[in-house]
Amino acid sequence: MNRFWMPLLGSLFAAPAAHADWAVNLPVGVTDISAQTFDLHMFAFWICVGIGVVVFGAMIIAMFRFRKSQGVQPATWSHNTVAEIIWTVIPIVILLVLAIPTARALVEIEDTRGTEMSIKITGYQWKWHYEYIGEDVGFFSTLARASNEARRRGSNIDPKTVPNYLLDVDRPLVIPVDTKIRYLITANDVLHSWWMPAFAVKKDAVPGFINEGWFKVNEAGTYRGQCAEICGKDHGFMPVVVEVLSKKDYAAWLAAQKSGKAG
Amino acid sequence: MSATVADMHDSHDHHGPVHTGIKRWLFATNHKDIGTLYLVFALVMLFVGGLMALIIRAELFQPGLQFVDPDFFNQMTTMHALIMVFGMIMPAFAGFANWMIPMMIGAPDMALPRLNNWSFWLLPFAATLLVSTLFMPGGAPASGWTLYPPLVLQTGDAFPFAIFAIHLLGISSIMAAINIIVTILNLRTPSMSLLQMPMFVWSWLITAYLLILVMPVLAGGVTMLLMDQFFGTSFFEAAGGGDPVLFQHIFWFFGHPEVYIIILPAFGIISHVIPAFSRKPLFGHNAMVYATACIAFLSCVVWAHHMFTVGMPLAGQMFFMFATMLIAIPTGVKIFNWTATMWQGALTFETPMLFAIAFLFLFTIGGFTGVMMAMVPLDFQYHDSYFIVAHFHYVLVPGALFGAIAGCYFWLPKWTGHMYDERLGKIHFWLTTIFVNLTFFPQHFVGLAGMPRRIPDYAVQFTNFNMMSSIGAFGFGFSQLLLVYVIYKCVKGGAKATAEVWDNPEGLEWTVPSPAPYHTFEVPPVYTPRYGATH
Repeated sequence: MNRFWMPLLGSLFAAPAAHADWAVNLPVGVTDISAQTFDLHMFAFWICVGIGVVVFGAMIIAMFRFRKSQGVQPATWSHNTVAEIIWTVIPIVILLVLAIPTARALVEIEDTRGTEMSIKITGYQWKWHYEYIGEDVGFFSTLARASNEARRRGSNIDPKTVPNYLLDVDRPLVIPVDTKIRYLITANDVLHSWWMPAFAVKKDAVPGFINEGWFKVNEAGTYRGQCAEICGKDHGFMPVVVEVLSKKDYAAWLAAQKSGKAG
Repeated sequence: MSATVADMHDSHDHHGPVHTGIKRWLFATNHKDIGTLYLVFALVMLFVGGLMALIIRAELFQPGLQFVDPDFFNQMTTMHALIMVFGMIMPAFAGFANWMIPMMIGAPDMALPRLNNWSFWLLPFAATLLVSTLFMPGGAPASGWTLYPPLVLQTGDAFPFAIFAIHLLGISSIMAAINIIVTILNLRTPSMSLLQMPMFVWSWLITAYLLILVMPVLAGGVTMLLMDQFFGTSFFEAAGGGDPVLFQHIFWFFGHPEVYIIILPAFGIISHVIPAFSRKPLFGHNAMVYATACIAFLSCVVWAHHMFTVGMPLAGQMFFMFATMLIAIPTGVKIFNWTATMWQGALTFETPMLFAIAFLFLFTIGGFTGVMMAMVPLDFQYHDSYFIVAHFHYVLVPGALFGAIAGCYFWLPKWTGHMYDERLGKIHFWLTTIFVNLTFFPQHFVGLAGMPRRIPDYAVQFTNFNMMSSIGAFGFGFSQLLLVYVIYKCVKGGAKATAEVWDNPEGLEWTVPSPAPYHTFEVPPVYTPRYGATH
């Protein structure tokens, strides 16, 4: 890749927030893990491009050079031990190059030590319930009313006029920034899956079992995702929305929740 | 006794079918007739499953719900997959097996002709039963073809009928597999050693063993669902001490080898088409056999890579990641060997070769995304998004289906005695290839950008690529009408095909006249490998 093409391709494959309609790639996201996942994804992508150039190149050369119409005589060989060893060994090396950083990242993702707070996520047909463990705060999070009206068949509402169509909820999950948060996830009826692309988190909610994981968000903001495991007729209508506040704002929010409950 | 048998044989030899009209097909025991039945059935199912895909794509053309309700949409995604997997692609390859395996190994017929009749005739009934669930109270299963509990237990009256249909389809596959194994091992001409067998035969031998291994596991899994629903067991019900994830393990222990059950026969066909139009022997025949066996073995120990998000121990994730990546090595060997077969050949580009070359390119793209998905942290992003939809459609459509179409054009002259219309075949190829990419390539993009699979409606930022995909799907669907016309035209007439059909292709099937006589190889032929005795 030379200096001209690299930025061009880079702009094509970077997540263009301003051109979301034509987004073609994973988001870089707002956690260290999501950024690492993005880098691994691009690494794997470029390796595939490299292999593709070589393999497809060989096929294309064969298609143009070895045509009967050009009067070539077909060879009769059907073995070449050296070539066969080469194209067995090289893929092994490439796979190792891919596997090692991947394994390292995976170990980090699964390391739930040192979390500062815990949230319990429960999937229902068709909404999420969030519970702040030890804080006596919990609530359901369902599809926002504007989206819910527009999505009905024959509603005659243009989805483009609805803000964050299908990706908006009545009450988002609120969490503090820069905090290692452990989540526990289960379901009440059927399987669901909590997917937040910006955190590179997707974890199944299994009724009767509790899965766990963690995320630590680096930037305040509102992030959107969806249920990723088919869970019935409204599977497409139970978004995941997370609002990340500064630690101070979060403390104020949590206090308000508690006092609201008390009052 | 022996005299009677000989008499009966005399009256059959060199003649056509015993029965005529509908009875010829109902009571068919001839491998060519049954092969034809399988292929026609698969073609019909291609359009049934395709129609369902078009309903899905019509709904997804733009955001908002325009045509169907979400529950019916989910029934469509479920039925589309079940029909395409069990009703279309598997019967298509069983049809090729019936037609070609006896002719490739110099056998007079399949070893168990009546069993063969039964394995086919179960299919139309099973498929009809499956499709009829759409009209039952509560509709067809709407849980996705993976039938995960507890959701699948919410299916209405259709539930036991769908399970029974799956049992029938499974029984049909198991019997076909037994028949193929027995035919290959017992009826092969004595002068052909195992390693000398053509790649299509090898691929099917390995596929048949996979079928026998995993179809009973699926049958067991769905029976456990049935027990949970009607007989008070709790295999998959946590409240009763069961585990919903157990079903996923059972399903994918079947489901992953199933992927190779679908693709290996296509590999076999490609291994015949590429050498024929390269005018050069298949590169590394033995390596291809070992690679296929290796893929089949590995396919049995990677199932949980479909389940990285269910909450698995780290060690489990590591094992299934590394095992999955290993599959890339024998698969790579196959791709490289096909490329090496073309190298220094004398290539021509008739329709079967065009489909085979498109297979090489597009299946490889599906392989790339497969390796990416094996990497667990990446799978956390890709899993259950449109990226995986793009991945498996790349390996199933321009992979398995293109293999079947290539085989169809390749052997059609042998079956009918006529050459198909080459110009129409090429038009069919270009339309199909352009539209298949227009359909599935944009799905990589929306998947990466965050669109989950199996949703009837989506956020507006995914609109553009979904529109492209829908246009591609309709183009692809209608292009297949051309395939039907080409086949019809070829059956009805056309230039006479020679026995060899193509330019001196290798194999016993090209030594019999075109169309292949009703009975071939009543006496085992003497097989002499063309390229020395090294393999």
